[in-house]
Amino acid sequence: MNYSDLLVQGLVEGCIYALIAVGLTLVYGLLRILHIAHAGIFTLGAYIGLLLTNETGSFAAAFVITVVVVGFFGMAFYRLFYEPLLDKPPHVALIASIGLFIAMEEIYRMVFGATSLSFLAPPLKDTVTVAGVRLEEGRVVVVVLAVVLIGGLAVLAGRTRIGIAWRATVSDAAMAESFGIDLARVRYVNFFVASAMAAAAGIMVALLLNQVIPTMGGVPAYKALAIIVLGGLGNVRGTLIAALALGVIESFGTIYLDRVLDRDAIAFAFLIAVLMIRPQGLFIRR
Amino acid sequence: MYEISLLTVMSFSVIFALSLNLITGFCGQISLGHAAFYGIGAYSAALFTTGGGSFWLALPIAMAVAGFFGFIVGFASLRVRHDFLAITTMGVGFLFTGFVRQQEFLGGEEGIAGIPDPGIGQIPYMLLCAAFAAAVIAFSLYLKRSWMGHAFDAIATDEDTARTLGIDVARYKLTAFVFGTGLAGLAGALFAHYVKFVEVESFDFIESISVLAMVIVGGIGSIWGVVVAAAVLSVLPLLLQVFADYKLLIYGVLLFTVMYFAPGGVDSLMQTLWRRISGRQRRDKGQ
Repeated sequence: MNYSDLLVQGLVEGCIYALIAVGLTLVYGLLRILHIAHAGIFTLGAYIGLLLTNETGSFAAAFVITVVVVGFFGMAFYRLFYEPLLDKPPHVALIASIGLFIAMEEIYRMVFGATSLSFLAPPLKDTVTVAGVRLEEGRVVVVVLAVVLIGGLAVLAGRTRIGIAWRATVSDAAMAESFGIDLARVRYVNFFVASAMAAAAGIMVALLLNQVIPTMGGVPAYKALAIIVLGGLGNVRGTLIAALALGVIESFGTIYLDRVLDRDAIAFAFLIAVLMIRPQGLFIRR
Repeated sequence: MYEISLLTVMSFSVIFALSLNLITGFCGQISLGHAAFYGIGAYSAALFTTGGGSFWLALPIAMAVAGFFGFIVGFASLRVRHDFLAITTMGVGFLFTGFVRQQEFLGGEEGIAGIPDPGIGQIPYMLLCAAFAAAVIAFSLYLKRSWMGHAFDAIATDEDTARTLGIDVARYKLTAFVFGTGLAGLAGALFAHYVKFVEVESFDFIESISVLAMVIVGGIGSIWGVVVAAAVLSVLPLLLQVFADYKLLIYGVLLFTVMYFAPGGVDSLMQTLWRRISGRQRRDKGQ
């Protein structure tokens, strides 16, 4: 493997992290909740996407349906589990969220079985050459998706009424409400967007590994938490940079750090090192 | 024989849960990576006795090593708070498992097998663990009423106000971390010499959450609540196959329902119940 291969692989990983972490940071920015169960939603996306693809034979159709369905699931999840906890001290929602995540993994194990599921006819497996690096089509799609979805989010936040309402709520919820913004609606949209993006990431990870297991959400979820802290909790731009940086650092780290730490611990080594120097994360919240 | 192993497991689980209660309950510093210190204690004791060292010496060594790492991690609690601290401590847990997996001298993925028996027989070992558990309960009770316990409480309630009142917040936080992680190390050493085998999976994130569940279900900061929760939750998987099969689902649902309906845990439920009962009696007498 040469450097450009490592760099490209790292960026692809980084795009997956970004798709997961942006949703997480959106939830934190709005509600101050560390939404650990986000990883459960990611896994749900992977399961639904895989099963629908195997059922219908069309990956594209399955992808769109899954993203929308899981988006609505995220809204219901917020309504049922988080809304009643909003007025309680912050650790309450955090611990409740951990409990939900563990329970979700177990429910997947009971419903879908502990063994891994895989695609009957794995789509997007041909390789293409981009800028001199050979890549699976699936990886190219990951990058395109990340750019389109996160770009779309930027347009939504910057140009639309609901986007402006959303930003107003993030900066001052009470003030936003007094200007007639429907906070509940903003929160629903927020959870829809975050969950849809997590579902998209889940399907793509399922595709790249060609397997779905109940615990697949764990590692990316913990890393996404590290990423949003690095990005300065609630800061979308910082989160994006941190996600891509982590992807690249890990990709090089597996070559140089493998003797000391396994790949999944690199994120946290990086996180702790940064927090000790800059407790507010790499990027200060705007 | 079966009851002996139940009581042994119960004892080191109580120590482990109380050690987290000291940090998260008394001092208010949330930790999502406490199993790492349990693991550090287990691994250092295992290394020491498989290398020919005495079991009795292994216990203080395990406490010292775990406490030393706890002291270092305690510095993190001086830099970051609340959600940041939760993620940092979670990261410490992953650093521990990630490091151990890659180290040959710690057995890597396979772990360390053949840990020698303490050589005192099963019943005395159970009594030893129970005695340590009793000592840790007594220590917790004493600590809670001491000046230091009140300082912890002040920090847990409002750190900035505590600082304004002249409480040396940094010193007390570090002390809480050293005590809590040292005791977790003791629990780990007792665990390692009970199962005679340590592997990294026994100390992963799920284990950190399991011990947190004991503290949460018992009631954050409540000594007797945590003791009861740890005793019950640690032996249920051994008693009931259903509980063993669905342990994580039950822990997950418990964590959520306790937070949702009774954030004070068993302790506050019992107190509410007690107040209702005694209140009703008083009213009955009055009428």
